[in-house]
Parts: sequence; C-alpha cells; structure tokens
Amino acid sequence: MSADGTALTFSPASAGSAAIEVADLVKLYKATRAVDGVSFRIARGSITGLLGGNGAGKTTTIAMIMGLVLPTSGRIHVLGHSMPGHAASVLGRMNFESPYVEMPMRLTVRQNLTIFGRLYAVADLRERIAQLAADLDLGDFLDRANGKLSAGQKTRVALAKALINRPELLLLDEPTASLDPDTADWIRRHLEIYRKTHGATILLASHNMLEVERLCDRVIIMKRGRIEDDDSPDGIMARYNRTTLEEVFLDVARGRTRQSAP
Amino acid sequence: MNGDAVSEPAVAHTGISPHRIGAMVQRYWYLLMSSWPRLLELIYWPALQIITWGFLQNFISENAGFFARAGGTLIGAVILWDILFRGQLGFSISFLEEMWARNLANLMMSPLKPIEFLISLMIMSLLRLAIGVIPMTLLAFFFGFNFYSIGLPLIVFFCNLIFTSWSIGIFVSGLVLRNGLGAESIVWTLMFGILPLACIYYPVTVLPHWLQYVAWSLPPTYVFEGMRALLSNHMFRADLMIEAFAINVVLFAASFAIFLALLRSARRHGALLQGGE
Repeated sequence: MSADGTALTFSPASAGSAAIEVADLVKLYKATRAVDGVSFRIARGSITGLLGGNGAGKTTTIAMIMGLVLPTSGRIHVLGHSMPGHAASVLGRMNFESPYVEMPMRLTVRQNLTIFGRLYAVADLRERIAQLAADLDLGDFLDRANGKLSAGQKTRVALAKALINRPELLLLDEPTASLDPDTADWIRRHLEIYRKTHGATILLASHNMLEVERLCDRVIIMKRGRIEDDDSPDGIMARYNRTTLEEVFLDVARGRTRQSAP
Repeated sequence: MNGDAVSEPAVAHTGISPHRIGAMVQRYWYLLMSSWPRLLELIYWPALQIITWGFLQNFISENAGFFARAGGTLIGAVILWDILFRGQLGFSISFLEEMWARNLANLMMSPLKPIEFLISLMIMSLLRLAIGVIPMTLLAFFFGFNFYSIGLPLIVFFCNLIFTSWSIGIFVSGLVLRNGLGAESIVWTLMFGILPLACIYYPVTVLPHWLQYVAWSLPPTYVFEGMRALLSNHMFRADLMIEAFAINVVLFAASFAIFLALLRSARRHGALLQGGE
C-alpha cells in the first residue's frame, strides 16, 4: 500500500518507465517485520529521500533494491529488470555509497578506484579517475592509502567509487553522516550537479532533514517497516502544518498524526 | 563535472569475465605488495617448518632403517602438507581480507559474480603459495632433498592437493560469509582436523581398520600414500591419483554448491550488510 492508502498496482510493463518499482515488499527477520508491505515507484531522474528513525526499515529497503538482502515476499524492478533475478543486467548501471561500508584501507585511492572501475568495466578508466579526482577534489590524496584519510576525504572517495561507472541509479545510505556542515554541503552540491548533468535517479536514506529538504523532489517517510507518508517535501510539511521536515519527523516519531499535529 | 552521456551503455554481464577476475587479483596483489608483514608471513612459517623437519629427518635417517631407505619422505611430506594447508589458507585469507576491510557489500552489489570472485581467490591462492613454498623447496636442498626430483608425478600430487585446498577454502569462506567473523577460527583450524586422517607422516595401515575407511575418503591420503610409494619403492601409483581426482571432483562440486547455498542464506539473513561478528 502507498502512504495515502491506495494500492499500487504493479505491472512489469510499467516498470520500464520507473527507475525503481517495489510492490508489497516484506522482510521478516524471524518474528521481526523489518519491512512490512512497502510499495512505491520512483521516477527516472528524480531524487527521493527515504526518511525514518533507526529501525524504520530504510537500509533494509535499499539493501533489497540492491540485491544484498533477499525479500521475504514482494516484487522489485530496477531500471526495468526484476531483482534479484536479473541482477546481472542491472548492477553495472547502478551504484551505492554508505558510510557503513568501507573501502580497502591499505589500498590507495587511485588503486581502489582502478579496481572498482575494472569491476564495472569502465572503458576510459584513467580519464574517468582523473575526471572524478578533479570533480571531487581528490587530487591531493589520490596516491594516499584510504585508511589515512579524514572522514570527509573518505566520503568523497566513496562518492567517487559510487560515480565511477556513471550510474543511472545511485543509492545512498546517509551520504553525509558524521561530516562537518561544510563538507556535507559540498557533497550535496555534487549530487545535485550529477543528477542534473547525467539525468540520474537518486534514492537516499537520511536522518538529515535539511539535506532531504534541499535535495529531494519527494520524501517517503517510513516507520516500523511501513510507509507513513509519501509526498513532496512541501506537500508533507503542509499536511502536518509544519515549516520544517524536522518537525514533521518528530511528529511521526512521536506518533502525532497528520490530523493531531498543530 | 561534465555532462557526458548517462553511464556506459549496458555492459553485457553474461558469462564469466576475465576482466573482473583480473581486477580482483589486482586488488589482492596491491594489498600484498603494500604490506611487508603479509609478505613475510608467507615465507616465514614454511621456512620454519622445513628447517625443523629437515633436522629431524637428518637425525632419524641416521638412526632408523626405514627412513634411511626412504630418504626425503619426511621432508617431502612436510612440503606437500604445506601445499595443502597454505593453498587453503591463501584462498581463505584473501577472502577474509574483504571481511576485515568491510568491503564485501561493495563487491556483492557490483557486477562481480560469485564464480568470478572464487576464481580470483584461487588465483591468489596459487600466487601466495608460490611465494611461500618455492623458497621452502629451495631450503630443502640444504637437507639433501631435491623436491623437484619427484618429476612429473609432482604435478599430479600438486593438482590433487590444490583442488582439495580450494574445496575446503570455498566451504569455510561460505561459512564465514554466512556467520560473520565469529566463524573465522574455522579457517585456521579445519585443515588440522584432517591432518591425522590424511596420513601425512605415516602409512594408512597405521590407523585402526575402521578409521582407514574415513582416511580413504580424503583425497590427500591418496597423495601421501602415492608419495611414499614413489620415494620408497620408486613406483608411481596412477590408480591412487585417479581415485583422488575423482573424489576431488565431487568435493569441489559439493563445496561450490554449499557456498552458493550459504551466500543465498547470507542474503536472506542480511549478513552481507553486517560482516562483523
């Protein structure tokens, strides 16, 4: 069910027009329903924020879209292909970044990008790495071991890895977690530029409401594995009669419904 | 950022890609070359083994008729055991590097296929083995044993042992993938479980009759019996090698199937995202 209670009808034919389409997605870990009947469709070229507190099911949902976690039930189509069945047709066209997934520490930034570039069969790899180094300002530490970088530098390297194959679909799990405001702002600016120049689709899970307000065309709020709300940031704030997404987030987290919010 | 076309055209991801396998081998090679303790460890233990057992062999051969007749049996066994053990370790440590680096999720959501991942680990196992065991065989010369004098049978011994080591490596990697680093100790210990049964330093007939059936279910037992037959009686037992190869084929297929099942189970339980204990 979608957030407004209407059932999303899923058809493989329509999946071709959406970057991501999930229907009735359920993930059970023993008795825990980590994701509980989630359905949504994400248009190509859009930036969508997946909001929710800890344990809301955001990371599990993204992991199922990537094929890292198998759903208990439900269907997933990514870039027109069903996942995980046709993962081989899709994985080369998407990429992922998370502060919780590291890159090899002993390898230099250039070595890491070379390995991932080869895994993604990037044709013009040297030029691509040079281009990413220029775009993401990696030049000063391109030949330094990943383990010797600051948190902000590591995030930029992780973003370079996520962009190495010029993905059509970018999945980001808290892309600016633990970064100072300046670096976080810098990363956001690059994501906006990448979307504009490449027409890419971005799905990001975040706890940072300002980030979501700034970047996202659409917000999906999750709570206890279900979709609580789904609209544009302005639409959601208007519905809760709030001026910031942070206030909406607190309303949702504390169980205040749209009607009971001031 | 420039505005070049949206991604590469959909790359064909069917079949096994030597390019992706090469990328993974390059990844482990970079790692190995960036860390002298890793390199030193490859040579240190085999060298220590051969020195210890070499002196023991010298002492025994001066005092025991059997070993005097079968010069080099002990050192030969030590080297072949190291091929088996280090072959598995070389495979498994490369796999563990991904767990330690928390890099597995990056790989598993890339176009890299499980079979390509495993092939790259096998290649690394051979490279690590070469770095560790070749100096070991050279050291054996100091104890009067030319390992290469075994000749062509050595290739057959090596192939059988390396296949067994890969089968065990694939199996334990699957266990770690599914259960996290809490299962890491099995990487280091499982091979020692077959040490007494594979009859490395003594003939199978030493074992109680019922245990001999278990011993003969392990391919290394055939190799070590074959080595003793060659060094003591100058007879190459092709029958033993064929039987070992047949068991290896079954073992290899079974370990690959189990790895895929454990990978699927890891995906079902969300273990690929955790990777810790």
